[in-house]
Amino acid sequence: MQQPRPFTLIAELSYRCPLHCPYCSNPVDIGAEKYRRELETEHWIRTFHEGRALGVLQLALSGGEPMLRRDLVELCAASRDAGLYSSLITAGTHFTRERAEALKSAGLDHVQISVQSPNAEENDRIAGNRSFEKKIAAARVAKELDFPLTINCVLHRQNLDRVEEVLDLALDLGAQRLELANTQYYGWAVANQQALMPTWEQLRRAEEAVERFRERVGPKIDVLWVLPDFYEDLPKPCMGGWGRTAIVVAPNGEVLPCQAASTIPGLEFANVREHPLEWIWNESDAFTRFRGTEWMQEPCRSCPLGRQEADFGGCRCQALRLTGDAAATDPVCRFSPHHDRVVAARESAQTDEFVYRAIKRPVRA
Amino acid sequence: MTRPRLATGARLGYDEVRKEHVLLVPEGAVRLNRTAAEVLELCDGQRSVDEIVGALSERYDGADLRDDVRGLVEAMAQKGLVVDAAA
Ligand SMILES: C[S@@+](CC[C@H](N)C(=O)[O-])C[C@H]1O[C@@H](n2cnc3c(N)ncnc32)[C@H](O)[C@@H]1O
Ligand code: SF4
Ligand code: SF4
Repeated sequence: MQQPRPFTLIAELSYRCPLHCPYCSNPVDIGAEKYRRELETEHWIRTFHEGRALGVLQLALSGGEPMLRRDLVELCAASRDAGLYSSLITAGTHFTRERAEALKSAGLDHVQISVQSPNAEENDRIAGNRSFEKKIAAARVAKELDFPLTINCVLHRQNLDRVEEVLDLALDLGAQRLELANTQYYGWAVANQQALMPTWEQLRRAEEAVERFRERVGPKIDVLWVLPDFYEDLPKPCMGGWGRTAIVVAPNGEVLPCQAASTIPGLEFANVREHPLEWIWNESDAFTRFRGTEWMQEPCRSCPLGRQEADFGGCRCQALRLTGDAAATDPVCRFSPHHDRVVAARESAQTDEFVYRAIKRPVRA
Repeated sequence: MTRPRLATGARLGYDEVRKEHVLLVPEGAVRLNRTAAEVLELCDGQRSVDEIVGALSERYDGADLRDDVRGLVEAMAQKGLVVDAAA
């Protein structure tokens, strides 16, 4: 069978980060010894070239906080040299004019800045540090240097009622794109699920606000809004299908089919220090385990809707979390015998207390 | 559309792996045939649409490409990939 070709490489340059978002999708063991040995500059550069040779066109420089890497300018130049389109995915607190100019001349293509809330005080409370003003300054610098700008805001029960303000903020900052990312429950978000889970009413009102905004403002700004999938009854093709479109490289060089795959026990992740990316994509255990449809169990195997190649059975990590078996049908699917667990998860929110993402315990802002 | 140019952040490239021209944009890529790539290359914010048509028909032995060029530029503008430098 013809192997699919990857399109996106997500380079998680470092898990270090000055913020403490309670919804952070990074692994909960970011402080672990194995993540402290970060890849060297040469490893990343080789990985970019090997990614391009496999078909990758889009490079996301992410983390943790990618701006904490001292070789970031060099990495942007290497990305351009390899023929990739690069996006910096940053919380913005280190995106000063001086550094931004250096990144621009090195060939960085696009800047995405996340805000925790459009309200300064709430932003700083959710982030667990004072960062709002710096983010706004960063967005203005990105515009002045003529970067295309995306604003990202992760949504949950504690900020969903401010979607209208998020939309206006993105417009005011001159963003080209706005990603309204409803929280996905992996990493730290699992520990905080009770404090993050929105009500159906909140989601419905937010969706209406998005509709009104699109009508009023038109195509000037591209607003991405996706309903969280626990309100659906057919799953999405997670990451465009396992091992089909995306490659994630963790700070220590381990290569994953998605950011959350490290939670799946028994999966072996090959490392770019030891193997060429081509072998990892084509042959490694982690990429081949759930690629295609061969691995599927019932009800996917004899899906009544024939959707095997449309959704690839949904999300493996969600299947694991809700059924204990990573090879089960994603329980979001109405044909899953565990669909009732997704329905139960819709019962909203029971606390407003956060557990903050931290390597050590953070000092509260 | 007086003087079309690529939208901020859009960049033309050639994908050696898939052997096709692409327009790279934040988080995406639009596949282009050769003619489309040639037209977009001429969308530099200096030339008018008529000048682009002129430059291209010279390359193609005087063929009348007016409708093709206009159609393509309009379609790309609708998707926000091409903007008017004069606006
Ligand atoms: C892990 S962050 C790393 C980059 C940078 N620290 C930042 O936050 O922008 C990558 C992206 O994922 C988003 N994100 C983090 N946790 C998420 C979650 N649980 N669900 C959806 N998106 C999430 C962030 O807002 C950011 O846009
Ligand atoms: S989501 Fe928040 S805590 Fe996680 S890496 Fe980004 S800024 Fe840091
Ligand atoms: S049974 Fe499997 S393939 Fe069919 S819709 Fe559900 S998740 Fe998708």
